[in-house]
Amino acid sequence: MPDSQPIAVAMSGGVDSSTVAALLVRQGHSVVGLTMQLWNQRRLPELVPDGGASSHGRCCSLDDVYDARRVAEQVGIPYYVVNFERQFEEHVVKPFVDEYLAGRTPIPCTLCNNYIKFDRFLEMADSVGAHLIATGHYARIRGDTATGRYQLLRAVDDGKDQTYFLFGLTQQQLARTLFPLGELTKPEVRELARSMNLAVASKGDSQEICFIPNGDYAAFLTAYMREAGIPKRATEGEIVTTDGRPLGIHAGVHRFTVGQRRGLGIATGEPLYVISTDPAAQRVVVGGNDDLLCKRFFARDMNWISIPAPTPGLRAQVKIRNKHAAAPATIHATDDPARIEVIFDQPQRAVTPGQGAVLYDGDLVLGGGWIE
Amino acid sequence: MQRFYFDHNATTPIAPEVLETMVSCLGQVYGNASSIHYFGQNAKQRLEAARRQLAALIHANPTEIVFTGGGTEADNMAIVGSVRAAAKHAAHVVTTAIEHPAVLAPCAQLEREGVAITRLRIGSSGVVNPDEVRRALRPETVLISVMHANNELGTIQPIAEIARIAHEAGVPLHVDGVQALGKIPVDMDALGPDLYSMSAHKLYAPKGVGALYIRKGAKLAPLTLGGHHERDRRPGTENVPGIAAFGAAAEIAARNLSADSERISALRDRLENTLLDRIPGSGINGSRWNRTPNTSNMYFDGIDGEALVIALDLRGFAVSTGAACSSGAIAPSHVLTAIGLDAERARASMRFSLGRSNTAEQVDALADALCASVIHLRRISVHA
Repeated sequence: MPDSQPIAVAMSGGVDSSTVAALLVRQGHSVVGLTMQLWNQRRLPELVPDGGASSHGRCCSLDDVYDARRVAEQVGIPYYVVNFERQFEEHVVKPFVDEYLAGRTPIPCTLCNNYIKFDRFLEMADSVGAHLIATGHYARIRGDTATGRYQLLRAVDDGKDQTYFLFGLTQQQLARTLFPLGELTKPEVRELARSMNLAVASKGDSQEICFIPNGDYAAFLTAYMREAGIPKRATEGEIVTTDGRPLGIHAGVHRFTVGQRRGLGIATGEPLYVISTDPAAQRVVVGGNDDLLCKRFFARDMNWISIPAPTPGLRAQVKIRNKHAAAPATIHATDDPARIEVIFDQPQRAVTPGQGAVLYDGDLVLGGGWIE
Repeated sequence: MQRFYFDHNATTPIAPEVLETMVSCLGQVYGNASSIHYFGQNAKQRLEAARRQLAALIHANPTEIVFTGGGTEADNMAIVGSVRAAAKHAAHVVTTAIEHPAVLAPCAQLEREGVAITRLRIGSSGVVNPDEVRRALRPETVLISVMHANNELGTIQPIAEIARIAHEAGVPLHVDGVQALGKIPVDMDALGPDLYSMSAHKLYAPKGVGALYIRKGAKLAPLTLGGHHERDRRPGTENVPGIAAFGAAAEIAARNLSADSERISALRDRLENTLLDRIPGSGINGSRWNRTPNTSNMYFDGIDGEALVIALDLRGFAVSTGAACSSGAIAPSHVLTAIGLDAERARASMRFSLGRSNTAEQVDALADALCASVIHLRRISVHA
């Protein structure tokens, strides 16, 4: 047996997780590096010009595995690639596609955190004798002695904070997780990586959704549906105004998301935005910017993190997408304890079904759920 | 930490005698074996001595042996070269579902080019039924390719019987012998193949060297074009140090085969019996009989083989789940799937492949570590 309980570091080959591994080694921990193979970049070759042979900058490319392996060698830790492609397909990619086809705008990163990184990966860590895991997420975990709960806090680096994607973490998961970068800014992390001579110190940041090249959702969905043999249903339909007036034809509801302005193919005097999509009727409803404003919504499958349950009339700042500035709101209970109603003080733009609603009290993440 | 190696089907350590041959050759025999002068002749002598050594091991004529850059190259040469040489309008190849990718991939490429491929299904024993080979033959069949011993299960295929069927039908037989050479008797006269692929690094010799036995008269189109080396079969200046090492390894194998086989199979059986005894829900994949003496493929229900490989490596034991891919990640084994294991049991399976350096103490230590790991994995696994 190894002399001390090792910590398993989820290594993507990027600067953040590489720095985590190096930092923990420097602090004297026994560390084992694991890279999760989640997606085969050669699988949908039409999405990448060279058929996926070189897929630099996207997840699970051979380049990234090379980088992670090199860092592991440099800091002297055992390193393995573990294959979770099956689980990633089942819990992330397929639900992502299903959600899109159902007219919602899902967040695969949250699903990946809930079902892969803090579930399957935790189990794999345990399997190889590591009770604790560490990742390169920008977030902080604090044990609250008064309540005995593990609390989740925003990262010190506001621009890099990733708590929006971590709202599904349970107390058991938080108890076994370390986020060593939560107290650091990204420039500090890069500086640390440079000072430790990590080969990846100046590597670029990864893009938003790892398995979708260039963020082209529509092309990904088309390719995935072709591969899965999902008949290319006539997803074409009408573009209508909020009062039902037809404006034109669109090429598929899954190409549109709430708040989207580009790609409507309609020239009008004032800018038009997608207000909602209706996959059943295959209609896309458009309107002016004011039509996007919304004061209240429901969120389901709430997970409470820093507090055990909401108090009546709970006040929180609520974030409805990653780039949204959390806005003050009052939280109301519903008959279903896992479902809440959020009423903003001021109407917010483009509340989008399928995205997460994350509740904050300052830096503290109270909890989060899915916008209905 | 002490480390023990139980992955000899992946590759073997170089035998001390082989290393000595190789290093002395690398340092001193630098001539080009095609050159007229003393240096060239010296290299040529080493090359031909190695050819005689390998020919002696497999009971072939030295002129029937072509050295290659490895087992994969030998397989490609044999399969693609045979189909091209046949130059038939409609060609057909018979192979099996449990071949190594070095056979399956060139077959798939030929299929894309219009050649019909039959991949015979294999029962749970992991052994091909020769009658199935006979039934698969068509008038346009230009090649049969069946491996001698399977890399994952160790199961030995009835090559002599298949060769008789092939010869009756007038179809050449290629045999991928990479996992058989040095483990079981390999006799070209007794087996009767037309083409037989071999690899040095499975035989305690270096990587990057292989050989193809080509029976006199067999038709084969070359895949690489260049000089007149290896009777125009495989152009390129010969890797004399590597080939000399292969020759030395072949000589050792010929000398020690039966003693090694007896000792190593006893260790393998000791490991299997201990594990079967101590771990409920375990079993052997493929036929227990009729296997290479060093190979064991076992399942441990309810565990994730990938996690077990890592857990054992962290304890100092090198084992394998089967084929490793380029990134080092582990994909489900096509062999285990082909012999009828469901996906879950395939993922719960491990390959142990023993070799000359393993001892009874090492085997017992592996069994202890494995039992402890399986208990741990079964306790924490909620997904299995």
